[in-house]
Amino acid sequence: MTDRQVMLITGTRKGIGRYLAEYYAKKGYIVEGCSRGTPDFESENYTHHNLDVADEGAVKAMISNIARRHGRLDIVLNNAAIATMNHVLLTPAATANRMLEVNVTGTMLVCRDAAKVMMRRRYGRIVNFTTIVAPIALAGEAIYAASKSAVVTLTRILAFELGQWGITCNSFGATPIMTDMIRGVPQNKIDEVVNGLAIKRLGNYEDCANVCDFFIRPESDNITGQVLYLGGIT
Amino acid sequence: MQSQMIDRDTGVQVVLASLREVLEQSGEDVPADLTEDTVLVGNGAVIDSLGVVSLIVEIEQRLEMDYEISVTLANDRAMSQRNSPFRTVGVLADYILTMIKEG
Repeated sequence: MTDRQVMLITGTRKGIGRYLAEYYAKKGYIVEGCSRGTPDFESENYTHHNLDVADEGAVKAMISNIARRHGRLDIVLNNAAIATMNHVLLTPAATANRMLEVNVTGTMLVCRDAAKVMMRRRYGRIVNFTTIVAPIALAGEAIYAASKSAVVTLTRILAFELGQWGITCNSFGATPIMTDMIRGVPQNKIDEVVNGLAIKRLGNYEDCANVCDFFIRPESDNITGQVLYLGGIT
Repeated sequence: MQSQMIDRDTGVQVVLASLREVLEQSGEDVPADLTEDTVLVGNGAVIDSLGVVSLIVEIEQRLEMDYEISVTLANDRAMSQRNSPFRTVGVLADYILTMIKEG
């Protein structure tokens, strides 16, 4: 078994996930990442798995592979998600189902199989990514926001179900960050969101790393079931 | 189909070792006479319902790490069976072998 902490980050091909994978690999963690495509970065501390987090068999196989290679899994950052922004009156069932499948079921599957590995060492840190568009009830993002509300509830309950094994579960909602996910959102809509924040600026990758650093510290063993939003949103 | 298989005696030993681990971790006294007939669910069970959850995960992880066998023991079918496949050590060992064969 390795002496170094092993971290799994989902959705590492681009955006926040990619930043966090490189950030934690540089910090010396053994980082395992996954996404539906291959990322364009490499690090000696990073191993990539090509998969869809909604694929139960693929998630199980990936986590088995991590457990066999390293003998442990300490930290999971559930960042993978998809978003289709549209008025609810124009949203097909297939689009809604796919979003729920990736954002909710995918998060649950990774938490479930990771927790099974974490339980044996009585230690784990799980951070599930949500969004401020749920608490601010942003028009045009009904299904995406609903899926992320589900992630918050899932996380709060997992905190109680897994706490006895030393596993903490928290969720984190960033303010809008200029990633591919929001590139299609009109500028006036983004401005509207930013103007409603206590800190009137877009989020950035460093904001995300800062929150994850806090949640995954060994000293944060009594911080669980929480949701932390950036920018003054509650 | 799994590439690995275990015999029944090994299955029983895996269940017993996992059960001892779960009892020790929960601070319970480990009975000296754990056998194939030791009851895991219902009247006379040596563990509670949360202990069953821990036991299932411990067995899955032991099979994974020690035998490179990847199997999911809890599913809707197992949970809804009238005669629980988790009711004794021996019954659980038989169930594990069935699940491994079914891959």
